[in-house]
Amino acid sequence: MQDFAHSFVLAGNLILQADAALVEIVGLSLQVTATALVVSAAIGLPLGAILAIARFPGRMVLVVLSNALMGLPPVVVGLTVYMLLSNAGPLGVLGLLYTPTAMVIAQSILITPIIIALTRQVIADLHQDYSDTFRSMVVPGHTAVAALLWDARYSLMTVLLAGFGRAIAEVGAVMIVGGNINHVTRVMTTAIALETSKGELALALALGIVLLLIAFAVNGSVALLRGAERSLVRV
Amino acid sequence: MSEVLSFPGHAPLKARTGRSALPLSVRQLTFRTEGIDILRGVNLSLESNDLTVLMGPNGAGKSVFLRLIHGLLQPSSGDIRWDGAPLSKAVRRSQALVFQKPVLLRRSVRANLSFALGLRGFVNRSARLEQALADSGLADLADRPARVLSGGEQQRLALARALILDPKVLFLDEPTANLDPASVLMIEDVIGRVRASGVKIILVTHDAHQARRLGEEVVFLHKGRVSEHSPADLFFNQPQSAEAEAYLNGKILV
Ligand SMILES: Nc1ncnc2c1ncn2[C@@H]1O[C@H](COP(=O)(O)OP(=O)(O)OP(=O)(O)O)[C@@H](O)[C@H]1O
Ligand SMILES: [Mg+2]
Repeated sequence: MQDFAHSFVLAGNLILQADAALVEIVGLSLQVTATALVVSAAIGLPLGAILAIARFPGRMVLVVLSNALMGLPPVVVGLTVYMLLSNAGPLGVLGLLYTPTAMVIAQSILITPIIIALTRQVIADLHQDYSDTFRSMVVPGHTAVAALLWDARYSLMTVLLAGFGRAIAEVGAVMIVGGNINHVTRVMTTAIALETSKGELALALALGIVLLLIAFAVNGSVALLRGAERSLVRV
Repeated sequence: MSEVLSFPGHAPLKARTGRSALPLSVRQLTFRTEGIDILRGVNLSLESNDLTVLMGPNGAGKSVFLRLIHGLLQPSSGDIRWDGAPLSKAVRRSQALVFQKPVLLRRSVRANLSFALGLRGFVNRSARLEQALADSGLADLADRPARVLSGGEQQRLALARALILDPKVLFLDEPTANLDPASVLMIEDVIGRVRASGVKIILVTHDAHQARRLGEEVVFLHKGRVSEHSPADLFFNQPQSAEAEAYLNGKILV
C-alpha cells in the first residue's frame, strides 16, 4: 500500500514536471495515432460514403466485411503486419519493421474498417434524407459524396474520434510491429506494459493517467460536438 | 429567370397561352406498390404552358404522379414522354420539383442556393444568388442554417432553390400548405411571375381559392385515374365529373 501511494506521488511529479521520458513517449503516441487517423480517414471517409450511396455488385459483401473487420483482434493485425514487413516478408526490403511507420500501418489497418463502417451508417442516414432532392436536381455522384461528407461533418468528427480512441489505447499490434524500442517506438501503451512488468509503477501510472485524460478529452469532444450539432443543425 | 423575378410589385400579369417548352404525354400509366394500385391507367396530355392545377383527395396519388413524371419513381407500366422523349437525366435537368415536405441541406440559406447554382453552368453566379435571396425575401436570413428556418421560410427557400435552376417545367407539391396569408401571397406572386415568363407549372393544391386564382386548367385525380381535365373556369363553375363536384363540395374523402 505504502508503495502504491508513493508511486502515485512520483507519477504526479512526473506529470507536473513534464518529465522528458514521459513527454517523449506521449508525443510519439500522439504522432503515430494522429498519422494513422489521417491515413484511415483519407481511405475510410470516401469509401464509407461510396458504400452508403453507390449501388454496385458486391456492395453488400463489402458492407458486411467492413462491419466484421471492426472487431479485428489487434494482435492478429500485429502478426499480419509483422509477417508482411519482416525481412522474409513481401515488404521486407522496405526495412519498416520496428519503426513508427510500422505502427502507423498497424493502427491504420485496425481503425480503417471502423471508420468505413461508421461513416457508411452516418452517410446512409443523411442520404436517405437527401436522395430524392439530389436526384431531382440531378446532382452528379462525386458532388453528392462531397456534399454528404460536408453536411455530416459533425457526426463524422465523432466517428474519427472513436477511431482515434481505439488506436491510441491499443497495445497488442504496436508491441509486435514496433517492438517497444526506447526512444524509437515506445508509445504509452507499450511503455505501461513494460514498466509495470518491471515493477516501475511511477512511469506506468503517469502514462496511464495521461492516457485516461486523453480518453476523457476525446469523449468530452464527442459530447461537445454532438451538442454543437444538435443546437446548430437540427431543427 | 432573374429578370422575371425582379419584376416589381403586384402588377397584373397577363400570361399568354403558348406551347409548352416540354409537352407532356402520359399513356396508360400505372403504379403499383405493396400490392396496391396507386395509379391505374392514367392518360394525360399537357401541351400548353397553361398553369395546370392537379387536384384530388388525400391519397389520390398526386405526389406519386409528380414523382413518376419527374422520373423519381419507376412506373409499373405505361409510357411517359416529354416532348416525345422518354425520361432521362437531361429531361430532369430542365425541370424542378418543390416537394410536399422540402428537404433542405444542413447548411446556411445562402449555401443551399449556391449549391443548386453550382450544379448548372451558369455565368454571373453571385449576382443570381443575391437576386434569388432578394426575390424570396430571405436576404436577411441568408446566413441562418436552413433547418432552423420557420416552415414558411423553408417553403420560400425550397421554391427559390428550384427557381434558381432555371427550369422549363416546375412542379409544386402543395407549396403553400401551412403558410400564413402573407407568405401565401408572396409565393403566389412568385408563381404568377414564373408563369408569365413561360415556364410550365404543375401545381398540386387542396386550396380551391388558390386553384381559382392561379389555375388555367385543372386535372382531377381520383381512385388512381384522371376523372376530369378541364379549363379552370369550367372545372370550378360546372365540374364535368361527379367525383370533382363531390370533392369541391367537400363531400368525398377517398
Ligand atoms: N413509396 C411508397 N410505398 C408505398 N405506398 C406509397 C408510396 N408512396 C405513396 N404511397 C401510397 O400511395 C398513395 C398516394 O400517395 P400520394 O402521396 O401520391 O397522395 P397525394 O395525392 O399526394 O395525397 P396528399 O393530398 O395527402 O398529399 C397513398 O395511399 C400512399 O400511402
Ligand atoms: Mg401529396
